[in-house]
Amino acid sequence: MARASSNRRKTVVTVLAWAIGLLIFFPILWTVLTSFKTEAEAVASPPSFINFHWTLENYAEVQSRSDYFRHFLNSVVISLGSTVLGLIIAIPAAWSMAFVPAKRTKDILMWMLSTKMLPPVGVLIPIYLIFRDIGLLDSLLGLIIVLMLINLPIIIWMLFTYFREIPGEILEAARMDGAGLKAELLYVLTPMAVPGIASTLLLNIILAWNEAFWTLNLTAAKAAPLTAFIASYSSPEGLFYAKLSAASTMAIAPILILGWFSQKQLVRGLTFGAVK
Amino acid sequence: MATTHSRAAARLMLSPAVLLLLGWMIIPLSMTIYFSFLHYNLLIPGTHDFIGFANYSYFLTDPAFFAALFNTLLLVGGVLAITIVGGVLLAILLDQPMWGQGIVRILVIAPFFVMPTVGALVWKNMFMNPVNGLFAHMAKALGLQPFDFLAQAPLASIIGMVAWQWLPFATLILLTALQSLDREQLEASEMDGASPFSTFFYITLPHLARAITVVVLIQTIFLLSVFAEILVTTNGGPGYATTNITYLVYAQSLLQFDVGGGSAGGIVAVILANIVAIFLMRMIGKNLDI
Amino acid sequence: MGEIVLDQVTKTFGHVQVIPPLDLQIEDGEFVVFVGPSGCGKSTLLRLIAGLEDVTTGEIRIDGEPATHTAPAKRGLAMVFQSYALYPHMSVKKNIAFPLKMAGLPQSVIEEKVENAAKVLNLTDYLDRRPGQLSGGQRQRVAIGRAIVREPSAFLFDEPLSNLDAALRVNMRLEISELHNSLKTTMIYVTHDQVEAMTMADKIVVLNAGRVEQVGSPLDLYNAPRNLFVAGFIGSPKMNFIEGETAEAHRATTVGIRPEHIAVSTDAGSWAGVVSVAEHLGSDTLLHVQTENLGTLTARVDGEFSVRHGSRVFLTPQEDKMHRFDARGLAIR
Repeated sequence: MARASSNRRKTVVTVLAWAIGLLIFFPILWTVLTSFKTEAEAVASPPSFINFHWTLENYAEVQSRSDYFRHFLNSVVISLGSTVLGLIIAIPAAWSMAFVPAKRTKDILMWMLSTKMLPPVGVLIPIYLIFRDIGLLDSLLGLIIVLMLINLPIIIWMLFTYFREIPGEILEAARMDGAGLKAELLYVLTPMAVPGIASTLLLNIILAWNEAFWTLNLTAAKAAPLTAFIASYSSPEGLFYAKLSAASTMAIAPILILGWFSQKQLVRGLTFGAVK
Repeated sequence: MATTHSRAAARLMLSPAVLLLLGWMIIPLSMTIYFSFLHYNLLIPGTHDFIGFANYSYFLTDPAFFAALFNTLLLVGGVLAITIVGGVLLAILLDQPMWGQGIVRILVIAPFFVMPTVGALVWKNMFMNPVNGLFAHMAKALGLQPFDFLAQAPLASIIGMVAWQWLPFATLILLTALQSLDREQLEASEMDGASPFSTFFYITLPHLARAITVVVLIQTIFLLSVFAEILVTTNGGPGYATTNITYLVYAQSLLQFDVGGGSAGGIVAVILANIVAIFLMRMIGKNLDI
Repeated sequence: MGEIVLDQVTKTFGHVQVIPPLDLQIEDGEFVVFVGPSGCGKSTLLRLIAGLEDVTTGEIRIDGEPATHTAPAKRGLAMVFQSYALYPHMSVKKNIAFPLKMAGLPQSVIEEKVENAAKVLNLTDYLDRRPGQLSGGQRQRVAIGRAIVREPSAFLFDEPLSNLDAALRVNMRLEISELHNSLKTTMIYVTHDQVEAMTMADKIVVLNAGRVEQVGSPLDLYNAPRNLFVAGFIGSPKMNFIEGETAEAHRATTVGIRPEHIAVSTDAGSWAGVVSVAEHLGSDTLLHVQTENLGTLTARVDGEFSVRHGSRVFLTPQEDKMHRFDARGLAIR
């Protein structure tokens, strides 16, 4: 490759990459734009790109008609609740596997991963019936428990890969320096583990926020998070493009922003540490 | 640091997670197996007779099952093919020096964070709708007849939507893997006189093998259970054209309230997933070093 | 004080005995080096003394007190790790202060001790940096600083220089030696590098497969190696070993002669040969000579010696510097 042409090459690559990037991003961009249009403009032919009458009334309408905010709160409670609960159970488990590995540690980890492969329909009916009988159907608590369980393997794996990177010599150094178990936890382990725990938290909030099998099947009205809220637009309200767009924008915006911050951790978390 | 004392403590710390996951696997699964041998419909209260394998023979001889099995394979295979090929190409493109790389990355990764119900509804209404969708507008502007995607090519349309959501994932992982490729290896192959083409096949692609394995594994787990996209767009139709196993079991159990039949379907889905999983775990087990 | 005694200490991992019964006496103020090839058990031995591993059987006494079951922190020892094991989230100051904080010393005392240590180790300008912002040599100094502020009865070093480049290694070697001269505290130092062992130690413990092969001062080991292993391990370039008729003539199975104890001549000598490689170092010249019936021998000549590949030379060993070994590999005295 001639180095002299590298600038021209860079230009070509830039143009191509931006074109593809914008193409992939376009449906999201179009949704956001449409959310600021009136219904008439939203279906106008030919459609206008930015040259339209910008309005916020769709957002007001979505909120007043279907109570966006309540569903948003449900999503927050479910995703945060299931993640925090999962972390409480996963941190000691990942911790012990990373620092006191036994002969069966690898087997246990692989088995945990395999539970992730159990198709949800295999257990849908019993969970549905159990929840119906003990009153967890359409409840936030029920969803918190289910989502915690389905994401637990991922949480444990992610934490395990982070914890394993904390060098054992550091813990030994702390012990030589006279740190007891409490001081070791407080001054050495926790500060070193916090970044890993934070990334795990972030990724799992995203996964739980977007989970759309259990949230759709186990909720009706009361506990419905945003996934179910949007599903109610499938017909015929979906034909009101501007309102659909406003509702969609509000459903994805918070997590899109979180997601952009957690790109790196996403790769690691979702590949069970196999790709970093 | 491994003393007997810490071993016991470690086991204690591990047990809640193991017990929960074990319970989550065993209790509902054994209930599903039990239900699958019963004549059990929520609309017919009272008797739950033991009927042996009748539910299975009903489910497995139902033409809908074969349609669903075929659709599931097409959906998983189609999305995997698009995302892997597209992901490799896109990752290589994004790995080149360019202006605004960070922003392009953000644009490309975005669809992964869009919840499945939103993605599917936006595609269905705002793009694929034969009257007001953007594709219809484009067709009309070109003087063509608008194409009714979800009626005329329903499964392909759904494959497209799901691939749009998963392409970013594949790209991001392959890009991460690509960035760990030793630059000196590429320079060495350039010195050895390899063309960019053979460099790709002999150096880059083998380096990506592990990442591709991982992408296949993870995506398969999720793609076998695609549900929301079908629920909000086609409801499995027209006919059974977009019904996959997951959706078929859902329809059997929660729309027709046939707990027995649905359970038999669920167990079939578990067995199919296990067949796939055995292959995948072998692959990833070889690739993961713990 | 820092007298450490190991009495019949063994260590078993699973079914593998990595340390067979071992006795060792380390006097107060001594600089002791454990040296041996990788996997010889030298690090395990150090970790047993530190208390990071439990001994399987036997006893460890520190200053006469049994310490076998004492927690690492209570043994009054400080350790410098191979990876330095600095706390990445703490500044240099906090790293050095950590053991003092754990000991519950008042803040003013901690400040003073950290400052003194920093002065000794040339770290004063870096006290507020994090380990990640330091060079390898600076990190090494921080790790040593963290060890000396505790005023331990003995320092344990686990291959502390193996992550440094060659030039820095020589510097740090001198610094650690100087530190030992000024502190006069017992130091136990683990390395696989016999040069470090020879230059730093008062007493060298040569280990092989968990066994102590020989204990002695550097020159003891150099002049009177107890067996073939020590003879081959100590000294650089390695001792030449000769078997067969030449050895039998000396009533031994194997004889050893160090390269520096072979005289080289271009005219006449005991063994004739051809130079295969000549390494001209300026200060001395190393010749690898292919002899007619003794295999390749290495010889060392002071200063310059102008021969090249292919030159014909004659080697003459100094008879009084010959080492003789019997069939079991033990030295014949």
